[in-house]
Amino acid sequence: MSPPVPSKILTDDVSLLMVLIDSNPHFWSSIKPHFSFSKFLSHVLAFLNSILLLNQLNQVVVIATGINSCGYVFDSSSGSVSQRAESLLPKLEEFAENDESLSERDDDSGNGVGSSLLSGSLSMALCYIQRVFRSGPLHPQPRIICLHGSPDGPGQYVAIMNSIFSAQRSMVPIDSCVIGIQHSAFLQQASYITGGVYLKPQQLDGLFQYLATVFATDLHSRNFLQLPKPVGVDFRASCFCHKNTIDMGFICSVCLSIFCKHQKKCSTCGSIFGQAQTRDPSASQQRK
Amino acid sequence: MMNRDINGEGRKFNRGEEEEEEDEDEESGRGRDAWERTYADERSWESLQEDESGLLRPIDNKALHHAQYRRRLRTATTAGIQKGLIRYLYIVIDLSRAAGEMDYKPSRMVVVARQVEAFIREFFDQNPLSQIGLVTLKDGVAQCLTDLGGSPESHIKALMGKLECSGDSSLQNGLDLVHDLLNQIPSYGHREVLILYSALSTCDPGDIMETIQKCKSAKIRCSIIGLSAELYICKYLCQETGGLYSVALDEPHLKELVLEHAPPPPAIAEFAIANLIKMGFPQRAAEGVISICSCHKEAKFGGGYTCPRCKARVCELPTECRICGLTLVSSPHLARSYHHLFPITPFDDVSPSITNIPHKLPKSCFGCQQSLLNPGNLPGPWVACPKCKQHFCLDCDIYIHESLHNCPGCESFKQSNSVTNMEV
Repeated sequence: MSPPVPSKILTDDVSLLMVLIDSNPHFWSSIKPHFSFSKFLSHVLAFLNSILLLNQLNQVVVIATGINSCGYVFDSSSGSVSQRAESLLPKLEEFAENDESLSERDDDSGNGVGSSLLSGSLSMALCYIQRVFRSGPLHPQPRIICLHGSPDGPGQYVAIMNSIFSAQRSMVPIDSCVIGIQHSAFLQQASYITGGVYLKPQQLDGLFQYLATVFATDLHSRNFLQLPKPVGVDFRASCFCHKNTIDMGFICSVCLSIFCKHQKKCSTCGSIFGQAQTRDPSASQQRK
Repeated sequence: MMNRDINGEGRKFNRGEEEEEEDEDEESGRGRDAWERTYADERSWESLQEDESGLLRPIDNKALHHAQYRRRLRTATTAGIQKGLIRYLYIVIDLSRAAGEMDYKPSRMVVVARQVEAFIREFFDQNPLSQIGLVTLKDGVAQCLTDLGGSPESHIKALMGKLECSGDSSLQNGLDLVHDLLNQIPSYGHREVLILYSALSTCDPGDIMETIQKCKSAKIRCSIIGLSAELYICKYLCQETGGLYSVALDEPHLKELVLEHAPPPPAIAEFAIANLIKMGFPQRAAEGVISICSCHKEAKFGGGYTCPRCKARVCELPTECRICGLTLVSSPHLARSYHHLFPITPFDDVSPSITNIPHKLPKSCFGCQQSLLNPGNLPGPWVACPKCKQHFCLDCDIYIHESLHNCPGCESFKQSNSVTNMEV
């Protein structure tokens, strides 16, 4: 599996970098000012190659985040010789075609820029990292970087929070590099909670420079660098009734739904406030 | 399981013999080195198995581990059952003479304290809105060590500072104290008690049956973990109040039993009244602001959170504002409990049959890309998600259900009907 090295001398600065690339075609076709996906890839490939050059034992794995599916497109440790990052291009093309073909069946077009399946690729990255942890006491230090631009999909909130807490427990930082004009609240929370770096580059023409200066260093050396600090992470919740952000609200003690005003009955679990519950498993209605 | 019993009996029998041979040895090491103790005490050769031809079978730890996890999952509750998410739990620790026994090394008291520390951290990780209090049973009286609170460090510090054992333990006094303390909590909270009992008897001032009925009518769920042997009164208490009674066989088993109480138990519907709890979601104060924090009463520079109602500064969340009493949380704290409300379905075992055409089998695990074939191209055991039909290896199965709570397959394929309607 891993390239044959005579003796595995793993020092502090060996990294395993999981890269999650957002391949949402609706997003890339609508980004303003215009920054084509192929230009973006050329910056990213240069960045990945430079990671592989920093240390012979560094490992890079790339997962593509599509709108209908997610999949592994590159693993630098597969094969007998450490691969160059360019070899991900044919697999990425195959993935993108497959992803688009899946969407022709759904009649979901005209929705504007949909969200991509970030929760799926985060979960896959975390499973791969667990496998690396299991491989023995000597392993590279893993971290995840999300190169993301699609808007946050509210339906993924619970799954993304689960992934974030699992990453926090395994001490895996999630870095975010957000492409485009919109900030991503999910990624801000992810980077804050797991101790990663969140960045939205101002000038995409210099993307490689941002990547190489901010995200290329291994975790041990980050202690000696001044990296972008988290600014204004908003941890306020939104009420379930109006989706407004509130700073004081009411929580249902049964299902933890958030409301902005006092209500007689919880709309999510059906519990009536102020009286003891009846014996019906109301929580099951939420899953439909 | 059979193995464990044999080991336990064997151990006690051995010790009996040695006590006659050697005199005045405080440590159960009995003059042996640590490396010798693992052979004498754990008898690792007993877990070896032979196959049909008499050759030794390699110990398949992975399958054993997976079987244990499956057993845990089967006993765990399913999605349709309501769980008590806001819990007020008292941990009652027996510090009587029996806690000084050294069958757990170095002594029962120390082992229990260690497990309680791990439990407290895990508890607050899984139930950020809940609170824990500690009570000790010593010299026949019950004392409240720490009040109900949400900060793990203060409980652990108090516990580690008070590890002395003496006297008898009184179950009734412990229950009386906990009953009075739990009467003060709001009606939407679930009242629970976890008793770690080392003694073989209880020294009570009155009728313990009355106390048990009192606890039952106050809707307190009592669970007990015994360290010596099964006691009828403990079993009766747990049966009456709807809790769990288990007896630990050794330290790893104790750890397993204690951590079983960390996820929220199924809620008995009439026990807690549903209520709307007013909570605040404070914003993080800007860096570089100087203010006096209300928890430490000293000036702090930057950081911290501002209570939305009275604008006092607090240092960490979740907490209760000391000035106006508002519960302050952040949305990730609520999100930590969502996986209890939306658990994922257990995966199905897929047994490789000989008639399966080799190229139809999945080559690698969907989550970690590890090969599902053993060396020699024979398929090993694996699992599949009943919803998205993706295949996963056993290790990913355990990780997904115990830590991640997301199926990568279900999350990676856009479904026409969304899995959950929770939106923030």
